[in-house]
Amino acid sequence: MQRLVTTPNIDDQDGFYAELLAVHEGLDAAQSASLNARLILLLANHIGDRAALSAALREAMRSAVD
Amino acid sequence: MTRIFETPLYPYARAADQDAAAPVRHPVVVAGAGPVGLVAAIDLAQRGVPVVVLDENDRVSFGSRAICFAKRTLEILDRLGCGEEAVTRGVTWNTGRVFKGETEIYSFDLLPEEGHRRPAFVNLQQYTLEEILVRRLRDLAEAGAPVQLRGANSISAVGAHHDHVRLEVDTPEGPYSLQAGWLVACDGAGSPVRRMLGLDFPGRGFEDCFLIADVAMHSDLSTERRFWFDPPFNRGQSALLHRQPEGIWRIDLQIGPDIDREAEKAPERVIPRIRSMLGEEARFTLDWVSIYSFQCRRMERFRHGRVIFAGDAAHQVSPFGARGANSGIQDADNLGWKLAAVIAGGSERLLDSYNWERVLAADENILASTRSTDFISPRSAASRAFRDAVLDLAARHEFARPMVNSGRLSVPCIYDDGPLNGTDARGLPARTRPGAPACDAALDRKQGGGWLLDRLGGGFCLLAIDVDMPEENDLPAVRLTAKGAPTLAERWLGKADGAIYLIRPDQHIAARWTSWDGPAVAAALARAEARG
Ligand SMILES: Cc1cc2nc3c(=O)[nH]c(=O)nc-3n(C[C@H](O)[C@H](O)[C@H](O)COP(=O)(O)OP(=O)(O)OC[C@H]3O[C@@H](n4cnc5c(N)ncnc54)[C@H](O)[C@@H]3O)c2cc1C
Repeated sequence: MQRLVTTPNIDDQDGFYAELLAVHEGLDAAQSASLNARLILLLANHIGDRAALSAALREAMRSAVD
Repeated sequence: MTRIFETPLYPYARAADQDAAAPVRHPVVVAGAGPVGLVAAIDLAQRGVPVVVLDENDRVSFGSRAICFAKRTLEILDRLGCGEEAVTRGVTWNTGRVFKGETEIYSFDLLPEEGHRRPAFVNLQQYTLEEILVRRLRDLAEAGAPVQLRGANSISAVGAHHDHVRLEVDTPEGPYSLQAGWLVACDGAGSPVRRMLGLDFPGRGFEDCFLIADVAMHSDLSTERRFWFDPPFNRGQSALLHRQPEGIWRIDLQIGPDIDREAEKAPERVIPRIRSMLGEEARFTLDWVSIYSFQCRRMERFRHGRVIFAGDAAHQVSPFGARGANSGIQDADNLGWKLAAVIAGGSERLLDSYNWERVLAADENILASTRSTDFISPRSAASRAFRDAVLDLAARHEFARPMVNSGRLSVPCIYDDGPLNGTDARGLPARTRPGAPACDAALDRKQGGGWLLDRLGGGFCLLAIDVDMPEENDLPAVRLTAKGAPTLAERWLGKADGAIYLIRPDQHIAARWTSWDGPAVAAALARAEARG
């Protein structure tokens, strides 16, 4: 994995995780899926790097088919 | 009122072949007088190749189908002598607007630069284009070109042999047989020729149905493409609005899968839908209503011995992006000069290059139109969630707007790494690289005025810009200067001081150099003629 950072890279891990859960609070499954879709698109654009995005997609796929 | 598609335009007439003792042989038979077959026949006839066009019908395509014809198609029609009429009878547009609900979220300009003779698109009813093409074909025939169009001649059997194709043809006066040196099958998506040869048409169909209504109305709306996601008048679905000539507007409404086609086509169902789109006060009359769903398919190979497939017979795309007729016409443009060369004794490998180049183009078109389809009519909960997220974000954020995919409109394929491509020189612009269609430019008065593409003609030619080239040459040459012509310089020279281009008869670029090198030009020509 060349470009995708897979070592700890976020300050305040627990705080971020709590914030991520908090925005889903009270949403049903469909609303959560919509929120996640918007979030992924915002983050993907922020990252920009096509190779890193493909690497992340491949990595995420791996857990889905394991 | 009888309409153009209800009037026999090339009525049945008995041909001498029908009374011949043995099947008459013709160098080329074109199956189908749709836009693709007609373009193929005109191109071949202009090259002096005798051609017989057979169509089971005797009139232009029934009802309203394609309306958007792209710049590249217009440039091909220019070469075939009917571009100007298509543009004059059509309405020109360059801009597309995309709405979410009632709010405009994105607009695009398909031709954001000057110096092109033709616009990004004209809208013109397919039957008008076919009528223009039939007339052009007739004019050529009257001027002595060896071309015939036989209406009510339905091909009922095809026998493929190694040096010819045998055809059985049904007519109102009974059947007859023909031999074709080459059969160009332009007989549409349901291609009987393909079926009779037992060839597959792999791909997939889509379930969503779309209602087309052509309405006559007066409107001051500008001539632009308008596309809606989830509009108030068609909740949860999409809608498209296009101006056509003579006060006709095309409305295209997504109406979902599993519908009762007959019920949906009834005026009492259609008129309220249109009212809710155009407003209660709108005055309009229905000119045409139909329902379509679509498929994306492609034959594995477009050449099978002496049978060559083009247009919808070879490949089918979804209508988003107007890539059907536009790409089929480019098939014919690619094939015409190659088939003419082969008949004149050239290498048959030219026909394999037709297969290579147009399969590449078909794949590009299918990819683009499938991606648009996945956006417009999402196939899963996840794809719908992402689609809606893009639309949502696009209203507020610039980054999401280019992701909005309401159809990526037809552009010509660049035959990168194609079998006919020769040398490329460094420093020259990417848009005029080998494989690309020649890019137009306005020529100033010093250079004789007019447009670059008109200078290139319909055979191989050399284009020399600020480079010395011997006076005597085997090929026709166009000599220009880019001094004081910044557009020409930007499109054809880039960082170089001068350039020589070898241009194919279909006006695609074969090879290019920054200085004259006779042997290299000869080698590139050999390669482009598949002799190398
Ligand atoms: C609603 C709709 C909108 C579209 N919009 C666009 C658009 O805006 N732009 C665009 O580029 N494309 C568009 N298309 C696609 C376009 O209409 C087709 O790609 C185009 O018609 C293909 O042309 P063709 O000549 O290959 O085949 P066709 O037009 O289907 O012609 C085939 C011909 O073969 C003849 N034939 C069939 N069988 C036989 C036989 N046995 N013997 C003799 N003749 C036979 C038929 O009579 C017919 O004339 C649209 C299509 C639809 C349905």
